[in-house]
Amino acid sequence: MTIILNGEPTEVDATTIEAVLVELGYGDAPIATALNETFVPVAARAAAVVAPGDRLEVLSPRQGG
Amino acid sequence: MVEFYGTEIASRLMLGTAQYPSPSVLADAFRRSGAGIATVSLRREGAGGGMGGGSSAGAGDAFWTLIRELGVSVLPNTAGCYSVKEAVTTAQMAREVFATPWIKLEVIGNADSLQPDPFATVEAARILCDEGFEVFPYMTDDLVLAERLVEAGCRVLMPWGAPIGSGLGLTNIYGLRALRAAFPDVTMVIDAGIGLPSHAVQAIEMGYDAILLNTAVAKAGDPAAMAEAMARAVEAGRLGYEADPMEPRDMAVPSTPVLGKAFLE
Repeated sequence: MTIILNGEPTEVDATTIEAVLVELGYGDAPIATALNETFVPVAARAAAVVAPGDRLEVLSPRQGG
Repeated sequence: MVEFYGTEIASRLMLGTAQYPSPSVLADAFRRSGAGIATVSLRREGAGGGMGGGSSAGAGDAFWTLIRELGVSVLPNTAGCYSVKEAVTTAQMAREVFATPWIKLEVIGNADSLQPDPFATVEAARILCDEGFEVFPYMTDDLVLAERLVEAGCRVLMPWGAPIGSGLGLTNIYGLRALRAAFPDVTMVIDAGIGLPSHAVQAIEMGYDAILLNTAVAKAGDPAAMAEAMARAVEAGRLGYEADPMEPRDMAVPSTPVLGKAFLE
């Protein structure tokens, strides 16, 4: 299915956030996730179902002022 | 020492981490500055294969490692957010990644001036304070806005000196002085607009507890030297504040004693 990962259409087979992150190779990166503009904490990723067209944001630390 | 929500920080200089020519220049600037707090952000992280928003994979990990090696406290921001929902969600994500309840709340209301949206900032501050965040709101020098933010639960206020990245210094001295006087028990930081060490001295001399700057150091020809200059400025400003400065006068008053002067005409 196609989801919108960080604003770009992305093909994935996995159907939960946790599995999507594994499939896409995020590994142990320090990341936070939001599904359809709602924060999904680490503990809830395994149960968070991803459907076609869903918007998944994966953020990590960056420079800031 | 300056206190932020019960945490004491030795330096009154808070430094941003953006716009430096390289990571090593950033690290040098921090070491020379002695800053105890670094502001950071969250941005899109590319997947292992390089997909997802065009961001290179591993960039977040590399940056986070660099910041942790500096041994400073981190203050995540919600920079670039224009709505309450966006700011609150970003804060929630930041709390998890950076493992801190601190959040520099920025809700922008105007893209040209980067002026904060006061109404959305108060609404977001209420939500975040209720959720246990320790909010550092980026704000204008508006007294009523400050009152609302304190009512919402903020124990730190961060009025701008001038628009972000402008380097104009303190453009409303009267307003900033009135704001400082109105909230003697609130930790207050001048955030944004500082361009020169003299601006930093001025802010701290007025009784502000700390300053937060980024561009003035990162875009200086020698960022590390400017970082040290800002640190010294902040120290000088605080010493001057604590020394109880004289009141300015309109008329001259001789400093050399008149009594005992010889008559030689």
